[in-house]
Order: sequence, then structure tokens, then C-alpha cells
Amino acid sequence: MTSVMIDTGNYIAAKAAVMACPDVVAAYPITPQTTLVEGIAKYLHTGEFKGEYICVESEHSAMAACIGASATGIRTFTGTSSHGLLLMHEMLHWAALARLPVIMCNINRVVGPGWNIWADENDSISQRDTGWIQFYCSSNQEIFDTVIQAFKLGEHEQVSLPVMISYNAFILSHTSMPVFVPEQKEVDDFLPKRKAKWKLEVENPITFGNIILPNEYEKVRKEMQDAQNNAKELIPTIAKDWKKRFNRFHGGLLEYYKCDDAEYVLLSMGAIGAESKVAIDNLQKNGYKVGLARVRVIRPFPTEEIIKLSKKADLIVIDRNISVGNEGVLFNEIKGALFGMSDAKVYGFIAGLGGKDVTFGDIEIMCKKAIKGKAKDHQIWYGLEEV
Amino acid sequence: MAIKDLPREECYIPGSAACPGCPATMAMRTVFKAIGKNMVMIVPACCTAVIESLHPNTSFDIPTMNIAFEAAAAGASGVEAGLRKQGKTDTTVVAWAGDGGTYDIGIQALSGALERQTNFIYICYNNEIYSNTGIQRSGATPYAAWTTTTVGGKTEFRKEMGEIIMSHHIPYAAQTCVSYPEDLYNKVKKAKSIKGSKYIEIMAPCPPGWRFGMERTVEMGTMAVETGAWALYEYENEVVTFNGKSKLILEGKIKRKPIEDWIKYQGRFRHLFIPKKDVEKIKAIENHIDQKWERYRKCYL
Repeated sequence: MTSVMIDTGNYIAAKAAVMACPDVVAAYPITPQTTLVEGIAKYLHTGEFKGEYICVESEHSAMAACIGASATGIRTFTGTSSHGLLLMHEMLHWAALARLPVIMCNINRVVGPGWNIWADENDSISQRDTGWIQFYCSSNQEIFDTVIQAFKLGEHEQVSLPVMISYNAFILSHTSMPVFVPEQKEVDDFLPKRKAKWKLEVENPITFGNIILPNEYEKVRKEMQDAQNNAKELIPTIAKDWKKRFNRFHGGLLEYYKCDDAEYVLLSMGAIGAESKVAIDNLQKNGYKVGLARVRVIRPFPTEEIIKLSKKADLIVIDRNISVGNEGVLFNEIKGALFGMSDAKVYGFIAGLGGKDVTFGDIEIMCKKAIKGKAKDHQIWYGLEEV
Repeated sequence: MAIKDLPREECYIPGSAACPGCPATMAMRTVFKAIGKNMVMIVPACCTAVIESLHPNTSFDIPTMNIAFEAAAAGASGVEAGLRKQGKTDTTVVAWAGDGGTYDIGIQALSGALERQTNFIYICYNNEIYSNTGIQRSGATPYAAWTTTTVGGKTEFRKEMGEIIMSHHIPYAAQTCVSYPEDLYNKVKKAKSIKGSKYIEIMAPCPPGWRFGMERTVEMGTMAVETGAWALYEYENEVVTFNGKSKLILEGKIKRKPIEDWIKYQGRFRHLFIPKKDVEKIKAIENHIDQKWERYRKCYL
């Protein structure tokens, strides 16, 4: 029987991770991820978490230990944030190239200097080329459901890639919400034990990761790309299976909200994605034909679905990140996806960097600027630039 | 245990990509004999990443995983936990790293793993340089030695890794040398029998790195010990015991040989002899070794 748990995003993530029965968790504390690893430590103490918990001395070692553990064929989990994620950078590549399905929560936090612990997506966005699958959640329920689905996806034989589940600092990590939690047996039925693509075992003494020549290495990259494309098919399939079992669905690669008959579609992610729903309700109430496509996954990038959207509507994009010297990454990648495929206009806004609050009111203003043709063709810094 | 009594089984397969006279391969062959096939090895960036040969081939008949330069001990922690979770507690987990990966970039992960009492053997083969990247200075490079990044000779003394390790109070640590395979074998064998963190450092004279003839690897190792530049010892249950010639030097039963006997055969110290003998620097090396042995006597005799 499903029970209801009222708790913060981090404790919900800890609960989900523990219910996925990882064999090894290796983690290092960083604000605002701390309560996630504390949650797992608590479950270790109560016996609910039966795996090994390695309290490492850095995030680099956290990921290295997860890689080592995963290479023995078992299930691993970790969590981090901001500078911790950046310290892991080298090992993020390593996990993905080694095709090890390490599952990790990243609590989106500002990168310093100066020190700032609030929500900003530049940490995980800057890791988008590491080969990891990347989810962005907009509610604690979605965190719970996505963490468990991520194990199934990452460990799938056609994927075998690490998966990062990101959610905004404090707005989700430290905010309590009611979350439906299935029974352990139901999770076990959904998520069978991992079958490793390769593993370190005495019976089969392989050497993994030795020197590889250009021709062979290029094939490794191509296989990773194929695996990401497989994930693109599997993410909606797994989400639908979850829906069938638990009657909860947060979307596939995108979550569509009131998009029928929309002449404009807003694309946003994370906590702004949740706030966007309120903005869409208000805008539609006032006659604006604007819907929402909340971006849940940026790797694999939902190119095809975005092209499809652009056939019927112009697009408005909000980025809580900036690739300095260019544009917000979502804005940039959406335009890249549409190149030669669509004549839709794309309006871009940068908003909420450094944890600056982005309310539904702000989102309504941004949408109206775009709809009324007052937005220019370059990306606008909302609140810093006059439109 | 005499050399002739070492196990016949070879896990080090012929046809590796090592340089002729490579001490790492000699040491590894003995380590494999001491541990046997029931082991998993983690290798960070170091010469061994080349020695093991090209994908999809291998020169090792044991499961091996390469990992990033600074991550050997952390990766091994994960492997150990993963195997333990599966009940494979009889498998020995070995991290096999060079001195760069141990003294410098990997010291944090190593310290963390030792502090956590990770059940594994960390082996550092110390050739006193970053040899795989082309002979650059490391924290283990001795004073006055030429490297490609200390062109006029290193101006600092090397750090004492053994003492850093001992301050972690792990159950077993040892220093050995590739020139003494029985000593190496016995120490690895003993480490294998002990639960918890074990650290073994192997002096590994590198012919191209130190600039000596490939036929002299063993001799360079013996001379390192006989001149006192390197010491053979074991640290077990907080007690340090010196072994072999190092024990005799410690107890004053033999005098250590002058350092010149060792460095004059190594091109990396050539500038101390040509065009003019640099008496002052040679004396500085000598004094440093004397100070080290005085400390050893004070602490461990």
C-alpha cells in the first residue's frame, strides 16, 4: 500500500535512493546536499539501508569510489552539489566512458566566488558534455519517482550510463511536500537487480581502461551516443510503466502543460518549471495562448519533440544558467535543434541566477514581453536589461 | 623463502610494453606471485598504464581497472566495498601506483582510504620521478637530481612518505626494494594476511629516468639500500623493524656506503661530477641521509 511521507527534497531523495537498494553509497557533504547524505546515514543506522556507506574525503573520491564499486557489478548512488560536482568533473567523464550506471542527485547551487548557496543551474549545466543522462525535477514527488526510474534507465542494457538527477537548492532540497511512497516490494518488482555490462571478477580477469588507439576510441564515443539515443526512447517508456504501476507521471523528456492550441510555448526547467504552471494558468485565464513544455531531460536532448512543438508555436525559453560569452544553454541548444527545421521565433530570458527568486509573476511578464513582440531576438537578462 | 621457492604461476604475461630493465615489471611479477590470482588491481595513471599493453589486450592475468591519476585509493575503496557487499571477502584488493600518484596527486585519496581503514594493499613503486610523462620532478625526487623540470638539479629534499603513512596508524606498512625479491615477496605475503589498510613502497630504480644502463636496475636498488639512501623496514602494530642491510646499518653493525658510490652511476647526478665535482652538494646529500638515520636510530632502535 502506498503511504504518504511529508519531507524535504533531500530526505525524499534519500528515501528513494535507499528503496532502490544500492549496494554502495560513497558521498561527501556539501551544502545544500548535506541532508541527503545525512538521511542515508540515518537509514544505515536504522538498518533500512543495507548497503556499504563510504564517507570519503572529497567529492572526487566519492565518484571514484562509486566507479570502483560499480565496476564490481553492483548498484551505486551518491549526491553532491555545486563545487562538489565540479570537483568530480574528471570522474564524471570516467564513469560515463566506463559505462558505469552510477546514479547521483545534484542539488543545483551557485558556483563561487563569492560564496552563495542558493539555486542556480550552472553547476550541472556545465557538466552536460560528460556523457551523463541529466534530469531536472520540479517537485519532491518527481524527485522520488525519478531517482528510482533513473536506476532502471541507467542500468538498462541498452543504456549503461550514469544518471544525474538535479533539483534546485532549498526551493526543493529543503522544502517539505507530501510525497506518495510505494511499498518496498512494489519498488523491487519495478527495479530488478543490476546486470552489469562488464565487471571486475577474478573468474574473468580483464583489464579495463588501458591504452586505446584513435580508431577504437572513436567507436567508444559513438557507442555512448547510441546509448544516449536509446535513453531518449526509454525515458518515456519507463515513465509510462511507472504511471501504470503507481498512477504518477511527470512527463517523458518534456512535460506538456496546456499546450493544445497554444501559439506560444514556454520552455523552462527545475523549480522555475513548476512556477511556470501557475504563470500559464494566469496567462491563459487572461486570453494569452501560451502553454508550457517543462524540460525534464537535457541529455539526451529532446530535439525531435522541440522541433515538433515549433511547428505549431513560437518558443519562449527561460534559462537559470549562462554559458558566459554566449547564451543560456537551453536557449542556445533549442535554437540549434530548430536550425533548418523550423521558422518559429525563439525568445530567450536569463532569470534567477545566484538564487534570485523567480515568481510566476516574473514568468508572466517575460511571456507577455515575448508575445507582445517587445522581446528582441537576443537573450534578455530579466530584471537587468530593459525590454 | 628463496627465489627458487617462489610460486611458479605467472600472472604477469610476457609481451608487455615495459622498457628493458623496468623495475616496475620485476616488482609486479613478484607481487602477483605473493598474492596469487584471487586479487583485483586498481591502477592510476603511471607507467603501468603503458606496461599493461594496448586495449583490447593485456599483460596481466588478473582483473585490473585503470583509474584517474589521483583516484587509486578511492577507486580501490569502492572496489573493496563492492566485493565485500557480494561476500567476496577473500579477494585481495590492490592499488598499484607510482610515486607521483602516491606522494603528490594521490596523497589525499590515499590518506582518506587509510583513515577509513579500508581493507586493501596500497603499493607504491617509487622511481622517484614522473617517468611515464617523461622524467619530471615528483615529491619523491631526491635533492640535486636532474629531471626535465629540475634542469639544474632539484633544490629541495624528498618527503618521507613512510613516516606520513605511519602517522595513519594502519596495521601494516613496509619499505622494500625491487632488488630484494624475497623481502618484497615476504612483505606482500604478510600484508595479504592482515585485515585493514596496508601500505608497501618499493624502491624502483628507473634506467631511462635515472640515466643508467638497463642491465644495472638491480645493482642501483642494492646500492640505494647499502648507501642508506633507502631503508628496508616494516611497521607492524606500531612497531618499526628494520630488515636486511638496513637493520645492520641501523644497529651500527655495518657502515653505510658513501652516497657517491650510488649517484656516480646515475646520469641524473652527472652535473655533480662534471665538469667539476660539486663537493658541497654531495656533502649536503650525505648530511641529509645522516640526519635521516639519526632520526631512525632515535625512534626505532
